[in-house]
Amino acid sequence: MRVALPLLALAMLALLSLFVGAAALTPQSLFTDPEAARLLLVSRLPRTFAAILAGAALAITGQIMQILARNRFVEPVTAGSGQSAALGILLAAYLVPAAPVWIKMGIAAATTLVGSAGLLLMIRRLPPTQPLLVPLVALVYGGVIGAGVTFVAYQSDMLQFIQTWMTGELSGVLKGRYELLWVAGIASVATWFIADRITLLTLGEERARSLGLNVPLITAAGLAAISLVTAMTVVTLGAIPFVGLVVPNLVARIMGDNLRRSLPVSALCGAILVLGADIAGRVVRAPFEVPVATMIGVIGAALFIFLLYREPRRG
Amino acid sequence: MITIRGVSYEIQGQPILRDIDLDLPRGGVTALIGPNGAGKSTLLSLIARLKKLQSGRIGVDDLEVGKCSDRDLAKVLAIMPQSGHVSARLRVGELVEMGRYPWHQGRPGAHDREIVAETLTRFSLDALRDRFLDEISGGQRQRALAAMAYAQGTDYLLLDEPLNNLDIAAARHLMRLLRDMATGGGKTIVIVLHDINFAAAFADRIVVMHEGRIAADGAPETIITQDLLTGVFGTDAEILTLGARPVVMV
Ligand SMILES: Nc1ncnc2c1ncn2[C@@H]1O[C@H](COP(=O)(O)OP(=O)(O)OP(=O)(O)O)[C@@H](O)[C@H]1O
Ligand SMILES: [Mg+2]
Repeated sequence: MRVALPLLALAMLALLSLFVGAAALTPQSLFTDPEAARLLLVSRLPRTFAAILAGAALAITGQIMQILARNRFVEPVTAGSGQSAALGILLAAYLVPAAPVWIKMGIAAATTLVGSAGLLLMIRRLPPTQPLLVPLVALVYGGVIGAGVTFVAYQSDMLQFIQTWMTGELSGVLKGRYELLWVAGIASVATWFIADRITLLTLGEERARSLGLNVPLITAAGLAAISLVTAMTVVTLGAIPFVGLVVPNLVARIMGDNLRRSLPVSALCGAILVLGADIAGRVVRAPFEVPVATMIGVIGAALFIFLLYREPRRG
Repeated sequence: MITIRGVSYEIQGQPILRDIDLDLPRGGVTALIGPNGAGKSTLLSLIARLKKLQSGRIGVDDLEVGKCSDRDLAKVLAIMPQSGHVSARLRVGELVEMGRYPWHQGRPGAHDREIVAETLTRFSLDALRDRFLDEISGGQRQRALAAMAYAQGTDYLLLDEPLNNLDIAAARHLMRLLRDMATGGGKTIVIVLHDINFAAAFADRIVVMHEGRIAADGAPETIITQDLLTGVFGTDAEILTLGARPVVMV
């Protein structure tokens, strides 16, 4: 019941997504025009899947990150993980340009892991009485790594190259170029199996341990999931900010922090947000496209301000 | 039986606990009292392996604290820490169900649900079951946290100032429940209290801590004396004897 409504909304958006875009494609033409069927299979369908997978993955990892960071106002993409992924892929492109994609992906995942762990270590030392310090530090941290990425790219003449990872976009998604996202999607869905354990972490480390939870192991598992998924989305589509911030917060307001209940809803809402924003980006300036990251920046910022003012501040 | 041998603890060179030896046999309610900063919470946290032992050793039945797995200890010993702060947005029923985690490992069965339902009723939380923790009163939250520790169903239960924020009815109710668990259920309860009268009324034994040491240990009648109040607490409240029980006039 809880998931029925968002599921329906997502199905309708997905259908809409197949038939909206620069090249005309109508349900009827599928039967008459072989070119239309090809467009559907090679471009529209992958693009729709990519939006759904990325949205779900970003929302889930955002929610896990907020629990690990013990703060509601952080999300991986802007808090250093996203920038670390860009750094990794940049280094890979620079150092081992001929390596197969999975090696580059592995390098990006490794730098993301280091970047995310670094943030967690850093914010652990912040006073718990100052919850707003955490997003501030995360923002600065992400900004510093981002500046590092730009610097390396500038030095190595790859500025144009990194632009694709700094601003998430779906227009380049084609069959054969987005399949990593399936791994990201599956990895984030798999976190559902440790959802109870991650939920225990919300009680605080001491309470979790006194219930017999292996806190370091679960923290490491959560961190690994965040890093892997963030790296794959950034490498495939580029950075899409705000989804991991806004969606978990909105869902927690209504459903609370019991991840076993709320993760599926978060995933669906993340998918709806990204797919909806992408469709909107295709129509607002048609026949040109607005990148999905830009669209979400606008929608997400508005939602976030709404949240800040609506939600009583909790630590 | 909880055995504490030669336990000392310091923070940045400051001694917090000094060479504590204490045996808490199975069964019974032991009240831990002492002035603020005496080291009561530190001792409880060490027993419950929430702080790392620096010297000495602590055993709970045949488990050695610090060596045994967190999960094994969680089935034997539950703790309700002093800080009632939970930032998570969880429902009361969900919180109590988490208390069963050592047993169900995330997959609560019919038996766990039964215990959760029974616990909620016992702590008068039925009406609050689906409310979020951050949307109930401080005393209600305290009750929910006590219920969570209770639902863990362990032989040993450590409670650090569980009566904070509770109204008199809830406080007496909780103390009676603990008393019954010890007398009827053979459980071992260790409870930090500041209200000496509650300690005198419900505990079999009172352990007094003062400046990181055990200052006194024994039955309530023998412990609660004018000397205790002046020597350990530095206050001159009068003690009356009602029936056989000492009562501190506040
Ligand atoms: N994180 C810390 N850093 C430095 N000193 C600490 C810290 N935590 C506790 N202490 C000190 O350790 C001593 C014992 O603290 P503890 O919390 O065990 O006292 P307590 O007996 O539980 O007191 P209360 O009745 O106020 O809860 C106190 O003097 C306290 O100042
Ligand atoms: Mg204390």
